[in-house]
Amino acid sequence: MKTIERSNRELIDNLTVIIPAYNEAERIASTVTGIKKFTDADIIVVSDGSIDNTINEARQAGASVLELPFNLGYGAALQTGYKYALKKGYRFAVQMDADGQHNPSAIQSLIKPVLNNEVDIALGSRFLDRGNYRTPVIRRIGIFFFSFITRVLTGKKVTDPTSGFQALNRKVMEFYASDAYPVDYPDADVIIMLYRKGLKFKEVPVTMKRVVGKLSMHSGFKPFYYIFKMLLSIFVTLLRSRREGRA
Amino acid sequence: MTFHQRIFALIIGVGIFIMILEMVRRRKLEEEYSFLWLIIGLGTVVLVLWQDLLEWLTHLIGAVAQTTTIFIFGFVIIVLINLHFSVKITKLSKQVKELAQQIAILKIGEK
Repeated sequence: MKTIERSNRELIDNLTVIIPAYNEAERIASTVTGIKKFTDADIIVVSDGSIDNTINEARQAGASVLELPFNLGYGAALQTGYKYALKKGYRFAVQMDADGQHNPSAIQSLIKPVLNNEVDIALGSRFLDRGNYRTPVIRRIGIFFFSFITRVLTGKKVTDPTSGFQALNRKVMEFYASDAYPVDYPDADVIIMLYRKGLKFKEVPVTMKRVVGKLSMHSGFKPFYYIFKMLLSIFVTLLRSRREGRA
Repeated sequence: MTFHQRIFALIIGVGIFIMILEMVRRRKLEEEYSFLWLIIGLGTVVLVLWQDLLEWLTHLIGAVAQTTTIFIFGFVIIVLINLHFSVKITKLSKQVKELAQQIAILKIGEK
């Protein structure tokens, strides 16, 4: 079933899957083994200061584990993975969530446009294909709102700007590893930054599972801060000059 | 300003100034961080002693009482000090993040 390698053997050495994980001991092993069914690519789990057994579980499942000494947040954990991937010389990366909501069977369709040099980054969208994914109403409003802003600013339809399921090449990795990458909630603002840097992106339909028994990253009072932060980030991105690499 | 008010403001201004100098001398506070604090102390003293300047400033900002001018002066400097801290904290957070990331990357390299 390892379809990716069949189509492009040398790719395995150049592709890595990056998974930021914070206290995901119960899910990380099945996520890693799930991915292994579909690709032989190296899997890097970034433990974001996890205090449970995430590190051992991930390692036993066969992933390389980057251990952050304390919790830095989702974006910073991801960025750690990208810095490491760049250092190791990977040319392509897929980023996925640790909780298993991203279906590894979609990796192939996600990485394909990047391999074909069609785009620099492919974003997995759970809304393009009207899958059976059900989103809470508030989240849906937020997604709709930022989709709209992204569309106005980039001229392209983005249905799921909050997607953490992405495939990308080295150019995007370099941007993600830079100082300009927003390390708390990388989101719609990142798409706008990519666009302004002249990097090409497109959305690819993927199905996602809703994870039960886990608090969303956007729970409690965080949505308010989140919306404020995203608007500010987008606004100052527009104020910055296009070619500026560092924020 | 009444004599009473001036004495009080003078004591506060001189007090802050001496306290900050002493902290810098004992290396409890770096010169960089002492600058704005010293300006608060020094500025208050100057405003109290230089009556004409205080009058002119009060007129300039449209305040009624001269005490308000001194108060606003202190307030503005405090805002600047806080802003300075926020900038520093942002920088420190970035550096701490960078360190943590490098530790993780170095650690995996050992294995």
